[in-house]
Amino acid sequence: MASKAEEAAIGEKPVGGAGKNGILTTIKAMWTKIGILFIFIGMVILASFLSPAFLKANNLMNVVMQVSYIGLIALGVTGVIVSAGVDLSSGSIVALTAVVSSSFAQRPDWAAALFPGLTGLPFIVPLMVGLLVGSLVGFVNGWLIAKTNIPPFIATLGTMTAVRGLAQLYSRGRPVSGLSDAYNFIGQGSLFGVPFAVLLLLVLAIITHFMYSRTRFGRYVYAIGGNVNAARVSGINVGKNLILIYTFAGFLASVAGIVVASRIGSGQPGLGNGYELQAITAAVIGGTSFSSGGIGTVPGTIIGTLIIGVLNNILVLTNVSAYFQDIIRGIIIVGAVIIDERRRRVRK
Amino acid sequence: MAYENILEVEHLSKRFPGVVALDDVELRVKTGTVHALMGENGAGKSTLMKVLNGMYKPDSGVIRFKGEPITIQDTRSAILNGISMIHQELSPIPQMTVAENIFLGREPIGPLGLINYKRLKEMTQELLDRLSIRIDPSVKVVNLSVANIQLIEIAKAISYNADLIIMDEPTSAITEREVEDLFKIIRALRDGGKSIIYITHKMDEVFHIADYVTIFRDGKYIGTDKADSITKQVLIEKMVGRALDEMFYKEKTKVGEVMLEARNLTKTGQFEDVSFKVHRGEILGISGLMGAGRTELLENVFGITSRESGAVLVKGKEVRIKSPADAIRHGMALLTEDRKLTGLYQMLSVRDNMYIANIRSYIRLLSLDFKKIRMDCESQVRKLRIKTPSLQQTIRNLSGGNQQKVLISRWLLTDPEILILDEPTRGIDVGAKAEIHRLMTELAKAGKAIIMISSELPEILGMSDRILVMHEGRKTGELAREEATQEKIMNLATGEVEAIAANGQ
Ligand SMILES: Nc1ncnc2c1ncn2[C@@H]1O[C@H](COP(=O)(O)OP(=O)(O)OP(=O)(O)O)[C@@H](O)[C@H]1O
Ligand SMILES: [Mg+2]
Repeated sequence: MASKAEEAAIGEKPVGGAGKNGILTTIKAMWTKIGILFIFIGMVILASFLSPAFLKANNLMNVVMQVSYIGLIALGVTGVIVSAGVDLSSGSIVALTAVVSSSFAQRPDWAAALFPGLTGLPFIVPLMVGLLVGSLVGFVNGWLIAKTNIPPFIATLGTMTAVRGLAQLYSRGRPVSGLSDAYNFIGQGSLFGVPFAVLLLLVLAIITHFMYSRTRFGRYVYAIGGNVNAARVSGINVGKNLILIYTFAGFLASVAGIVVASRIGSGQPGLGNGYELQAITAAVIGGTSFSSGGIGTVPGTIIGTLIIGVLNNILVLTNVSAYFQDIIRGIIIVGAVIIDERRRRVRK
Repeated sequence: MAYENILEVEHLSKRFPGVVALDDVELRVKTGTVHALMGENGAGKSTLMKVLNGMYKPDSGVIRFKGEPITIQDTRSAILNGISMIHQELSPIPQMTVAENIFLGREPIGPLGLINYKRLKEMTQELLDRLSIRIDPSVKVVNLSVANIQLIEIAKAISYNADLIIMDEPTSAITEREVEDLFKIIRALRDGGKSIIYITHKMDEVFHIADYVTIFRDGKYIGTDKADSITKQVLIEKMVGRALDEMFYKEKTKVGEVMLEARNLTKTGQFEDVSFKVHRGEILGISGLMGAGRTELLENVFGITSRESGAVLVKGKEVRIKSPADAIRHGMALLTEDRKLTGLYQMLSVRDNMYIANIRSYIRLLSLDFKKIRMDCESQVRKLRIKTPSLQQTIRNLSGGNQQKVLISRWLLTDPEILILDEPTRGIDVGAKAEIHRLMTELAKAGKAIIMISSELPEILGMSDRILVMHEGRKTGELAREEATQEKIMNLATGEVEAIAANGQ
């Protein structure tokens, strides 16, 4: 270590971040982050003017409750998109988890139980089984992408289709109902006046945030998305980390599946249709970049999720017709990405 | 340090489909020395280094490291064995900070498995201080210049504290002054007992820094010499396989009317109030340090970016160039600086990469004249001695220097009147370099106007009729060929002297 390199002086003056450019870009980047927050706050203010009902605590809780599934899925999807991938299977995972976990949560007194011999199991069983099923599908996604090198879009398109069929097959195309109270508490119960599902989202969001921003695994996901070759030559096991992030996304989708099923008190094979796209929308509005990997944050995604929720609520409260609702949603998605691309072009 | 040679490679071969990249080569690196590896583009230098770094598996051969035969499974095992590498193709992760990039895969972990960012920053600061590199560890790499990114890659390779550090063209993006600084670091490492394999196409660097030189040609081992016992002439002869004089090929040409004129071009933050003229038959060299705004200026002239003010005139008439297509229509061609980003169609063949800018002239009714395309492309491959198994080879698989040659051919095929070349010989071997210089002179003689950006002072001095020097976006001077010296240019480039020479016409 005794090197004489101290004598070498590279760069006459401090370069990089200390320069004008660095500060400028940080300001711009901050503006966009805050910009999204502004849009969100603006929407809240707008909503409270449009409808006095909006700001009622009850309504607000409802807004969050309604997007909590999307939020849960979007947490995982953010990581997947950051790794320069995509996950289309989340909606189907919701369905499969819902029917499978519900089938282990049925009350003994329920006549139409899917497995009459397996009713009245401890509350933990349906949870474990559900989470396992979702994680497994995620694992398959990751394995396909890492080992066979097929594009994530194709791999998850395949699982999305197959898993939906699996959910139908498993439930014989019928709802799985008659669920235990303990199970239903997840989607219907409240703690300290806050819906349990919302608390769940909050806790998982915090954990995920730390995982993405402060653990090696999380940073490797960013590294892989940012430049997969650089990650590889730095000795990162790309395949392993890809499998992990897709598994994690599958896990979160299955949490959403359990929340949905317990919310409506029945696991149905048609659940979660289109959730994958809504989750992607939330992530993208929140600044996760589709055009280049390695960009995206959990707080951004949460704000994106809330924006979707508030928007839905405004549209309902103001009685906008369903057709218009979709048109407006479409415009918002594209608008968000345009802003995002603008920000990216700050470079140089 | 019981072993005399830290690395011994014997009978190593590696082939790719259609190419024998390494044919029974050897390499012996003495412990504690700087060992240069030289050879033409496509000689197999990078391939061998990638084998040593675990990115490629050799087909056959033995690698002995610190006296023991080893197999290198992947990059990780190379690092664990004590081999680190600066890659020829820079590969930073743009959205991550300098610190994260340097210690990627080795982040310090605190309790709860969380990364200790404070420690990470300290470690980076220590490293950068030790190397006297003044870059903020917490700035994102996306905000750094190419030169600074290269410095980061250098720091990263050194940070592994490896016993053998491979540097594959580490100076391709940095200027001479930074090269000098890098050499100080290399000497310090060597004096500390480390060994370095140094790959470069720049002759002067070899004699400056290397203790030994090994030469490869066409995938074969040619020989190893002590650097102080070999002359430049012999070295080149061994590399190229024939005698070649290293002088710049320059002939007096007839300078004609003004072909391209730029008046007071300004784009805030990039360049300010820059004017210049290029005449028929003339080579205008543009010199300056990294980040002086040279590339930005010429890309702007070519219609890639917009500007706030200023005018461009072609043959005395003001033209509005709003896109590269406009520029091409006005007879311009631009060889861009970053071939990976703005040059290559990575997945297409050599042929397709070559004729794409000239596609118009091959249109025959509803199809293309593929026979003519083939002939033209083949003649370019011959002329520039492009090393490729066939025109059908995917360009991604060519060595860096050969990719560059294909891009030059692309523009030569369009037969432009105004040729803008941004670092045309970066990463190109001596033989091909001489070839390109000869070509430039031929083109000038044929009445073309040529603008050449180059960070290599000898090239600027050797090839230019006039030299424009920039510093931080401003033109700091213009020198005629006769009055230009290395010193004068450096003074203008660093902004120490700001004197517009009278010979501005
Ligand atoms: N992945 C690959 N697939 C096919 N061919 C390859 C591949 N990598 C290298 N080659 C070929 O192997 C030969 C040696 O290439 P290599 O990159 O080692 O050359 P080099 O000596 O480093 O040249 P340069 O000075 O231009 O960097 C070239 O002909 C190249 O086209
Ligand atoms: Mg090479």
